[in-house]
Amino acid sequence: MKRLTRDQIAARVARDIQEGAYVNLGIGLPTLVANHLPKDREIFLHSENGLLGMGPAPAAGEEDEDLINAGKQPVTILTGGCFFHHADSFAMMRGGHLDVCVLGAFQVSVTGDLANWHTGGPDAIPAVGGAMDLAIGAKQVYVMMEHQTKSGESKIVERCSYPLTGIGCVNRIYTDLAVIDVTAHGLKVVEFVTGLTFDELQRLTGVPLLRAAEVLPA
Amino acid sequence: MIDKTVQSLAAAVADVFDGATVMIGGFGAAGQPAELIDALIAQGAKDLTIVNNNAGNGEVGLAALLKARRVRKIICSFPRQVDSQVFDGLYRAGEIELELVPQGNLAERIRAAGAGIGAFFTPTGYGTLLAEGKETRVIDGRHYVLEYPIRADFALIKALKGDRWGNLVYRKTARNFGPIMASAAKCAIAQVSEVVPLGALDPETVVTPGIFVQRIVAIGASSGARAVA
Repeated sequence: MKRLTRDQIAARVARDIQEGAYVNLGIGLPTLVANHLPKDREIFLHSENGLLGMGPAPAAGEEDEDLINAGKQPVTILTGGCFFHHADSFAMMRGGHLDVCVLGAFQVSVTGDLANWHTGGPDAIPAVGGAMDLAIGAKQVYVMMEHQTKSGESKIVERCSYPLTGIGCVNRIYTDLAVIDVTAHGLKVVEFVTGLTFDELQRLTGVPLLRAAEVLPA
Repeated sequence: MIDKTVQSLAAAVADVFDGATVMIGGFGAAGQPAELIDALIAQGAKDLTIVNNNAGNGEVGLAALLKARRVRKIICSFPRQVDSQVFDGLYRAGEIELELVPQGNLAERIRAAGAGIGAFFTPTGYGTLLAEGKETRVIDGRHYVLEYPIRADFALIKALKGDRWGNLVYRKTARNFGPIMASAAKCAIAQVSEVVPLGALDPETVVTPGIFVQRIVAIGASSGARAVA
């Protein structure tokens, strides 16, 4: 079995983002998706701090402290992009105007509950940012994460043990092993990596998986 | 003649009182009114409740205000950052109260205050720790949480240009919370790079109408050299 690298997961997510989509990429792992968006598609990247039409990182020396992304890194604005204040930005998110958001996760449950903002540990300082707004607001919520924790536990779980970000909000999960849809009938495997079998994937996953009609190797 | 410009940063914040609720614009360093915050530190008001998206970066601006122990409580969405060591220390020592609010609820609660809304139902946070104990309602089959406005005594914001009537335009993503905070505070104080004559701002592109702004102070060209956090 050949696990996907983080960049390969990002490239796989990027393949599913269509021409004309309004997209928010969460901080952390999902920001990698921007590097893999097909060049022949016009896709609008939204940044929660008031930017539509976000472009790539600026060249060295061209950084502008007033032009940053949600992770507070310097970015650029594409020709045709625009700025707006925070209430408008979150109206775009909460109001169902974004086609896709891509979020990292600690855990996703079999019913699409998402936990990605807080470990709940006694010494942890909680920080939520825009995660809860994205989770309930975008038309499609994609999660991008490693299939298992560093200690080998499945991050796809029956019930999230970490504090929730949103209930039943995740539509599709992209991991280093598989692409899995959250459906009313359960988790349906869309594809998995070369060299892995469905039974092995099932063994590495904490909850029962369904086979889609045609499961293709990625 | 109406002239909302004040001649010094010190004069702009002179009447901020102990125990006041103060909104501070900015998302990280972008849009943070660092010069007004420095003036507030020098002014000495304490036991403040601060409303900001974050809880300070590095040792300057909002972080310096926290470090000076002037803040009793902070209402924010994202306190923990790689360079939030001042807040982290105070929080772990139990020396600052934190009200953590999902960012869209923070923005909408501020907007609601400025717009005269008594409360609103939002789907954000339903079923999570951050909605615990809050009133909920099912509307058209969807779950919502009741959230209340956040009002302030003062708002300190940063804009690019303003005129003596208080009309403001901003610069890039430094706009962020500025317009809504201006509307939600009894006294909104804007620092600008430049005060321009009436009519110099295109009325079609004014972002914050002067009705929301009580004081405006020019600080000269922005300190653009500061590193991006």
